[in-house]
Amino acid sequence: MTPESIFNNLDISHYIYLSCVLFCIGLFGVLTRRNMIVLLMCIELMLNAVNLLFVAFSSFMGDSAGQLFVFFIMVVAAAEAAVGLAILVMVYRNTRNTDIGFLNKLKG
Amino acid sequence: MDTLILILFIPLAGFLISGLLGSRLPEKVTGWISSSAILVSFVLSLITFNKIAATGAAIKVKLFTFLSVANLHVDFAIQADRLTAIMMLVITGIGFLIHVYSISYMHGDKGFYKFFAYLNLFVFNMLVLVMGSNFLMLFFGWEGVGLCSYLLIGFWYTNVDYGKAARKAFIMNRIGDLGLLLGIFLIVWQTQSLDYDIVLKKFMSGEVAGSITTAICILLFIGAMGKSAQIPLFTWLPDAMAGPTPVSALIHAATMVTAGVYLVVRCNIMYNMAPDARALILYVGLATSLLAALIGLKQNDIKKVLAYSTVSQLGLMFIALGVGAYTAAMFHLITHAFFKALLFLGSGSVIHAMGGEQDIRKMGGLKSAMPITYWTFLIGTLAISGMPLLSGFFSKDEILAGIFTQNKLVWGLTVASAFLTAFYMFRVFMVTFLGGFRGTEEQKHHLHESPALITFPLIVLAVLSLFGGVINLPSFLGEANAHKLKHFLEPITGESELQAHHLDHSTEFILIGITVAGFLLALVLTYTKYIKGKAIPEDDAAIVGSGKVLSNKFYVDEAYDATVVAAVNSTGQALNVVDKGIFSGVMSWVSSFVSRLSDLYGRMQNGHVQYYLLYMVVGLLFILAINYIKTLWN
Repeated sequence: MTPESIFNNLDISHYIYLSCVLFCIGLFGVLTRRNMIVLLMCIELMLNAVNLLFVAFSSFMGDSAGQLFVFFIMVVAAAEAAVGLAILVMVYRNTRNTDIGFLNKLKG
Repeated sequence: MDTLILILFIPLAGFLISGLLGSRLPEKVTGWISSSAILVSFVLSLITFNKIAATGAAIKVKLFTFLSVANLHVDFAIQADRLTAIMMLVITGIGFLIHVYSISYMHGDKGFYKFFAYLNLFVFNMLVLVMGSNFLMLFFGWEGVGLCSYLLIGFWYTNVDYGKAARKAFIMNRIGDLGLLLGIFLIVWQTQSLDYDIVLKKFMSGEVAGSITTAICILLFIGAMGKSAQIPLFTWLPDAMAGPTPVSALIHAATMVTAGVYLVVRCNIMYNMAPDARALILYVGLATSLLAALIGLKQNDIKKVLAYSTVSQLGLMFIALGVGAYTAAMFHLITHAFFKALLFLGSGSVIHAMGGEQDIRKMGGLKSAMPITYWTFLIGTLAISGMPLLSGFFSKDEILAGIFTQNKLVWGLTVASAFLTAFYMFRVFMVTFLGGFRGTEEQKHHLHESPALITFPLIVLAVLSLFGGVINLPSFLGEANAHKLKHFLEPITGESELQAHHLDHSTEFILIGITVAGFLLALVLTYTKYIKGKAIPEDDAAIVGSGKVLSNKFYVDEAYDATVVAAVNSTGQALNVVDKGIFSGVMSWVSSFVSRLSDLYGRMQNGHVQYYLLYMVVGLLFILAINYIKTLWN
């Protein structure tokens, strides 16, 4: 079996399970890790889990709109990563730390 | 505008002006504005008096509807009949003199403008009391004068004792007011009206049952007990001497305390139908008159003596009311207003000269230093003691003659009370003005006659005390001028006036002879003790036996403290425990529960972004779970 045929023969449920697992790993990372760089990476992971689901459904439904969305998301994610990292750098310069626990000014 | 409205509201305008602008105006200006407001009222009252004296018809003015509930309509209406006209003249006339006196007496006091504002407000309320044409207006004025009395007794409120005296007066008056209020409720219940004319007409036509009439009369009299300081509600009046002396003269001698007498005279038709209530008035008045006169024998504070004397004289007026001698009571009310205001103002002049000293043991020999005060005080003393041909002699004689026709024993006791009055008044007079000076050298140096603003009212009142009797001369001095007041008041009291008044002249002369003998005996006794014997009232510590009981005022205050006050206090403390334990306890448990609950939620708000995200995720999962369960359900 060629790789294409493997992918084509895989049931849609496999894609759903995979992207769910990826999303949950990302979510778990966001909720538990203290380092802001890791946090950003985990957010990317969650985004890409969604992307995977889009692509899978696009192929399954024979509709290319899903793949278009993926490109949009990748562009936005790139911009977001750039802004996020820039903020991170500023935070580090001010606090000499990338621990998310330092950013608790939301408390009233 | 109608004259009556002006009479009533000019003092109120004076109150507003001196109260609102007084702090910015010079003393003299405030004082004279207030005084002239009362003077204008007095002049207008004179005009009204003449009009009423000529026609005899009451003048009525309705200002607006006070309240209108179901079939009860009460107007804010004022009226002037013959009884009101007399009261108006007494209030505004003596009120004016006392205002003028106060300009000098209160000079330099930092509450000067307040004092005059309160005095004006008092005159306004007192006028409402006597000019109202229904019981609600009377009650309005009744409470108003109570308020002014409270404000003026506690005028120097930085002294804690004075503040307490003010509160005592207010609370004791409230007890009486409750009686008055209940009486008014009963009247409304029985007659569906509060207007004097309608109410009295219904009573006269016999529509009200006898027992209820008696109840109403007794309840109204309880109100009068409070205001007019009768047993058992009299102890506030001696304490009320904490107020400035002009206040004692105006409110606690001449006008406010006579409101109870006015009330009974106003309702004489009801009282005439309730002999039991009249008997109660008679014996309460008699007991008060004797008790206060006895206490007065041993007081050494010049104002306290006068205060007990006032209580005693009010008792005398109530005795007259009790036997139905309404004219005699009104007559004594008027003459008493003259000579008691004079005595109080005289004592104020003395206290002024002595630099605030009120103890007669530290005075003496003031005759040479203050001749005008001396002579006017002497006239006042003679008038109250019943010196023949002075005003007090005629009014007391009228009352005594009335009592004699009704009850010989009461007559005897009243003569005894009159003798005691003469005795303690001569005692005060002799110890204060005669003999040698017993104050400090500094006081002696400062002794002076008071300025003209103080002596002028004294002289006017002295003249009135001398000749005030002419308004109601007895018939043995010539029928032509006799009983003028009685004839004048006929439209008010004619129906119920004591008719058995026709003592033959020989009996009357004997009665007068006995009272004059009492007067002379008091004079001789005091003369031998205080002038010949040069006795000075002993120190408080040296008083023993019955004298100690008298000087401690029969321990009435102590008895009230031990019974009523202690009972109220312990009830209050018991209720306090219940309140703290149950009501406050439950409330604080609820509030602490809420506070602990919010503490719990507050801890969620810890400022860490990750926790907030977690809550979001948990919430989302929760919603998903619910939806999932719902799909399973279906």
